[in-house]
Amino acid sequence: MKLGILLCFYAGSLFAQVSFERILSADKEPQNWLTYSGTTLSQRYSLLSQITTKNVKDLELQWIYQAPSLEKYEATSLVVDGILYTVQPPNDIVALDAATGRTFWTYTYKPSPEARPCCGHVNRGLAILGNRLFMGTVDAHLVAVDAKSGHLLWDTTVAKAGSGYALTHAPLVVKNKVIVGTAGGEFGIRGFLAAYDVGTGKEIWRFYTVPGPGEPGHETWGGDSWKTGGASIWVTGSYDPELNLTYWGTGNPGPDWNGDPRPGDNLYSDSVVALDADTGKLKWYYQFSPHDEFDHDSVQVPVLADLEWPDGTGQKRLRKAMLWANRNGLFYVLDRATGQFLSGKPFVDVNWTNGFDEKGRPIRVAGKIPTVEGTTIYPGSEGATNWYSPSYSPRTGLFYVSTWAAYASTFFRIPVAYTEGRVYAGGWPKSYVPDGRAAENLRKENEGFGAVRAIDPLTGQRRWEFKMNDVTDAGILTTASDLLFSGGREGYFYALDARNGELLWKVTLGGVVASGSMTYSVEGRQYVSVAAGHSLFSFALRK
Amino acid sequence: MQAANVTAVLLGLSLLVAAQHGYTPADVEEGEQLFIENCAICHGPEGDAVPGVELARGRFRHASSDEELSQVIAKGIPGTAMPPGNFHEHQLTALIAYLRSMGTSVNTSAAILGDATRGKGIFEGKGECLNCHRVDGKGSYAGPELTEIGVTRRTAQLERSILDPDAEILPENRFFRVVMQDGTAVTGRLLNLDTFTIQMMDSKEQLRSFLKKNLREFGFVGKSSMPSYRNKLSGEEVADLVAYLVTLKGANRR
Repeated sequence: MKLGILLCFYAGSLFAQVSFERILSADKEPQNWLTYSGTTLSQRYSLLSQITTKNVKDLELQWIYQAPSLEKYEATSLVVDGILYTVQPPNDIVALDAATGRTFWTYTYKPSPEARPCCGHVNRGLAILGNRLFMGTVDAHLVAVDAKSGHLLWDTTVAKAGSGYALTHAPLVVKNKVIVGTAGGEFGIRGFLAAYDVGTGKEIWRFYTVPGPGEPGHETWGGDSWKTGGASIWVTGSYDPELNLTYWGTGNPGPDWNGDPRPGDNLYSDSVVALDADTGKLKWYYQFSPHDEFDHDSVQVPVLADLEWPDGTGQKRLRKAMLWANRNGLFYVLDRATGQFLSGKPFVDVNWTNGFDEKGRPIRVAGKIPTVEGTTIYPGSEGATNWYSPSYSPRTGLFYVSTWAAYASTFFRIPVAYTEGRVYAGGWPKSYVPDGRAAENLRKENEGFGAVRAIDPLTGQRRWEFKMNDVTDAGILTTASDLLFSGGREGYFYALDARNGELLWKVTLGGVVASGSMTYSVEGRQYVSVAAGHSLFSFALRK
Repeated sequence: MQAANVTAVLLGLSLLVAAQHGYTPADVEEGEQLFIENCAICHGPEGDAVPGVELARGRFRHASSDEELSQVIAKGIPGTAMPPGNFHEHQLTALIAYLRSMGTSVNTSAAILGDATRGKGIFEGKGECLNCHRVDGKGSYAGPELTEIGVTRRTAQLERSILDPDAEILPENRFFRVVMQDGTAVTGRLLNLDTFTIQMMDSKEQLRSFLKKNLREFGFVGKSSMPSYRNKLSGEEVADLVAYLVTLKGANRR
């Protein structure tokens, strides 16, 4: 008995160190959630299967953590051996007992009043390596905090908050580096990704998402427009250990709705970039929306999956693919080793493009650009989807995405000039979705709706959808028991059958679900956790 | 083009009002430009895109005086999406001048031909308007509240609503109808609706909630429940009624 306790204790302290090897094989320890999207492949798929399609109706609330903050709670928690780490906005790290919700410690970071993130003082989560937690802050710092004590270890200034730079996404750890990118695409920033030494916080490499003079791609920016080109980063990337490539989606070029000051394709805005994780050198890129004027950020989580794909000779071979439902309304499959465009199909109503050329470049529909009088574009400004985490289930072979369907905005263009720290937008979108208005009467018939859509990546065809009345900012989690968890602006958190979209369970949480849910287990009991409103909720089966 | 003409007229009237508050027309014009470039991205060009904030109606959540507005614009509102603005002092003045000028030109004096006092008598008497509408705490909840109707609607729109209620029904004033499994129908104002439920006030002013799965059908009613007054009131009486309605600018504004 004593030996057993000793062994447990020993195993516990051994396991407390989160090595990079553990992160790489996070799927092998599904009781934990070691990185933002579950694994570095970012499928947000868990092997936990105690909660099933049969018993999910018996889920009951185990605990609520109420954050003393009125900001949107967008963070996905990490769980390491029974300890849950979350971020209450803007930038407080909280360590909780994952079984009871009781707090071990809180680390409070006070962002500078200079911070000016466009869309709320939000944070989407943490990264961990060893005993260190990493957090980006809304005033563009990267901090490392001791996971045992909650004490600050280092604090690195990544960029200048007063110029509009901010960090809102969960960092990504690769080997001995922690990688972050900068938000601020509405303020005329010059976006970049950078890797910092986990031990010291010193910068190891930096990749500008807007190339400077002499760099390839610089010619896609007229005049000095590259200096204020945007291409921000605000959602976590992925990593393929076999290719040693890290993948990140980039945001809109600036100014958003008037492309006149920036003639050209504006690389690498609205793109996915594949970087060598050791050096930050660009291996390949694919631009989803060249010369975007609709704020169609490509800040979606790159989902990495291996697919049986036709090889052109009538045979199929396993292809290292990347699945991407883009804010611009198209669902893409790319070869993640080379960046080759494999397929692209609309998953919502789209009117700005009507197909691709042979290289995979979208063919624009003439006249579909923002104008002084206004031009109606599908999908609208918030996009067909956005930063909300999608999911891929290797069991069903389906890709799941939170969607704003049948949704448009009218885009207006105005003259624009850059002033440091000020909005650099060049127009505005008028959307038909009421954007959080309480009065349902104000909604018109053609305003669009939220939906979870299941797409077969091999065909790009929709397999099923779960329609909501309101739109959704909720991420998606799938499990090995064919469950799918998501939510929406109405404040429901629900479980669907991942095979057919049937509603199996729902609960009203009373606040907008604007985060991705995750699952973990403690002492053999599976929990499902999600943030809604200003609180974090954890559910498990009734005992 | 039509919109541009209306804008020009409105801007002209706005300038007059702003001048009464001590701002110059140049302030308002500069403020409008700054507003479009910096604020419309979230607040919308009409200033009504953020829930609970209606800039054109002077309805702010965190400020009422010019000084407080200036603080909010300069420093932002912690805990919200409102960021600090990087403005010079004269730009702040211009922005406030523009905010104060918004929505002050809703009604043109030329159209006010009737007698408001007589109109009030018609509204509360012969017209039986309080049977459905509500003003300053008097009347019914069934139809649209009219306490601030003089701020939000122009004379021509008011006249048309009285004579031809079906011509334009604002989305928020549409009636909603549900039919239960046993065939019972309930009509009223929709207050809320989501994927699974419906909340409304029925025509008897009762708050009702329904589960969609228990309903046979539900949806908006195409026509207005309001009768036309074309053959019920004389032209002069309609003008009086309109003259009264444009004086309704909210309990705190008179």
